[in-house]
Amino acid sequence: MTPVPRAVVEVRDLRRTYRTSTGVFRRRSVEIEAVRGVSFEIGEGELFGLLGPNGAGKTTTIKMLITLLIPTSGTARVLGLDVVKDSREVRKRIGYVFGGERGLYERLSALDNLRYFAELYAVPPREQKPRIEALLELVGLKGREKERVEGYSRGMRQRLHIARGILHDPPVVFLDEPTIGVDPVGARELRATIASLAEAGKTVLLTTHYMFEADSLCDRIAVINKGEIVAEGTPRDLKSIVADKTVVEIETFGIAEETIEKLRNAPGVASISIEERDQAQVLLVQSAKGLELTQTLLAMLEGTTVGRVAAREPTLEDAYVALVDTAA
Amino acid sequence: MSAVRLLAIGWVLHFKMLSRSSFNSVLGVVYPLFFATVAFFLFREGSPHALLYASLGASVMGIWSATSTAAGGALQRERWHGTLELLVAAPAHFSLVMLPVTLAMSTIGIYSMAATLLWGRLVFGISLHIAHPLLFCLAVPVTIVSIGMCGFLLAVSFVRYRTAWALGNLLEYPVWLICGFLVPLSLFPGWVRPISWLLAPTWGMRAIREAAIGGSALPDIGMCAGLGAAYTLIGVLVVGRLLHSARARATLSLT
Repeated sequence: MTPVPRAVVEVRDLRRTYRTSTGVFRRRSVEIEAVRGVSFEIGEGELFGLLGPNGAGKTTTIKMLITLLIPTSGTARVLGLDVVKDSREVRKRIGYVFGGERGLYERLSALDNLRYFAELYAVPPREQKPRIEALLELVGLKGREKERVEGYSRGMRQRLHIARGILHDPPVVFLDEPTIGVDPVGARELRATIASLAEAGKTVLLTTHYMFEADSLCDRIAVINKGEIVAEGTPRDLKSIVADKTVVEIETFGIAEETIEKLRNAPGVASISIEERDQAQVLLVQSAKGLELTQTLLAMLEGTTVGRVAAREPTLEDAYVALVDTAA
Repeated sequence: MSAVRLLAIGWVLHFKMLSRSSFNSVLGVVYPLFFATVAFFLFREGSPHALLYASLGASVMGIWSATSTAAGGALQRERWHGTLELLVAAPAHFSLVMLPVTLAMSTIGIYSMAATLLWGRLVFGISLHIAHPLLFCLAVPVTIVSIGMCGFLLAVSFVRYRTAWALGNLLEYPVWLICGFLVPLSLFPGWVRPISWLLAPTWGMRAIREAAIGGSALPDIGMCAGLGAAYTLIGVLVVGRLLHSARARATLSLT
């Protein structure tokens, strides 16, 4: 684990199991281990990224840290306060923003939403008005604050979420996939807002699916898969995992599953991931640096329509794919 | 002071939200008129006193329905919209967050009461002669607040149990009966009465009727207020445990 400055968030062997029941007459109880012994620290003023595929345990981890879920075992402390024993004190010092459409009162205006949460977080009445105005300015909702939220675009809602989350000026902010589903321009504006939080000295935990987002924003990243942290370090550290690799991108159209399997087992191929781009399936083939595989791969793709082919240096996303594939 | 502000602003904003729901508004307009019509047809062969009895009973039915069914629905909506988690994650005591929600619901019931009485006057010609207007004006808000507090106790349990919202619907009709909204309690078996006495709407209903016919409404108002306070106290005392349990069993969100 990379040493960090004064730890603001300390997570030790955190575990969370969910119990669900299935069946109507013969009910069976099923236990699902969503988080399996996660440990990490976040230093003061650090922007820490938690990356992982769907169902990896990112949201469960965040919900334990913001006191909404009680861990099955392990400990978590925020600013030295235990998230279970001192939950009320933790709540006063943290902000929480989640992505998507939910988490706002649709029939109220943005202003009313912010007023309500200002009261819930005991923002002194004299400070409420200037702070709300400053936040509306920061998130670009000035002039639209009296409109009902139900008429807002996804990007506007997300910006309102951020304003709500930092209304009480918390030193620690948890952002759970804040740019999910937001259009590229809106997402870029949101990323600028997130960067400004870190510049203002706040400690931020960000979960995201988007590698370039984590790469451009985070000081350090932990990759979580199936409830376990599989790698942790700076974006550069993680990229170094695949520094000895090269990536060949091959655009194909209508490639068969068997062909992909054949390519996966080809000598020299370290991993293959597939990206759907409109009608095309883009194969991202990782192999050892210096190994010329392009011709071999193209020969194996005979009978499949192939478009653009390019070789490139590995990115953080390639590192992430390699980590998640290895853990699978 | 900040607790009073939170209660007041919470009440105003939740009242605003409830009154902006077109679905709830339609139900709120139509339901009381149905209650009133059914009650008037049941009692139309009776004396003017019986019609007043029915008219007042139907009006309190509306307040109870607005609170019991709406409390479950509103909590489920908070859960569905992801705002329930945000309310729990806020540092404010959860009782101060929930109480204005249910009080706003029972306040909507004022409309129901006014509409029922007006419907009775205009369509069925029932004159609303109130013998003690001051006591009547005291009995109505005390009943509304106490029903709101009863809703608070229900809402606290809805937070813990994901499917408990259905309980709100389930309680709607039995309470009409055992609180004597339409049928005198004396018609029920003896074992029902202690249950009725534990329910604030029983005393609220009696207080409103006593004030209207010129009886002594004050003891009933006192009982209604006392039970409302007791519900609140129980809710405040158990909310911590229920929230802890909800966090342990992950029932705050739908996923």
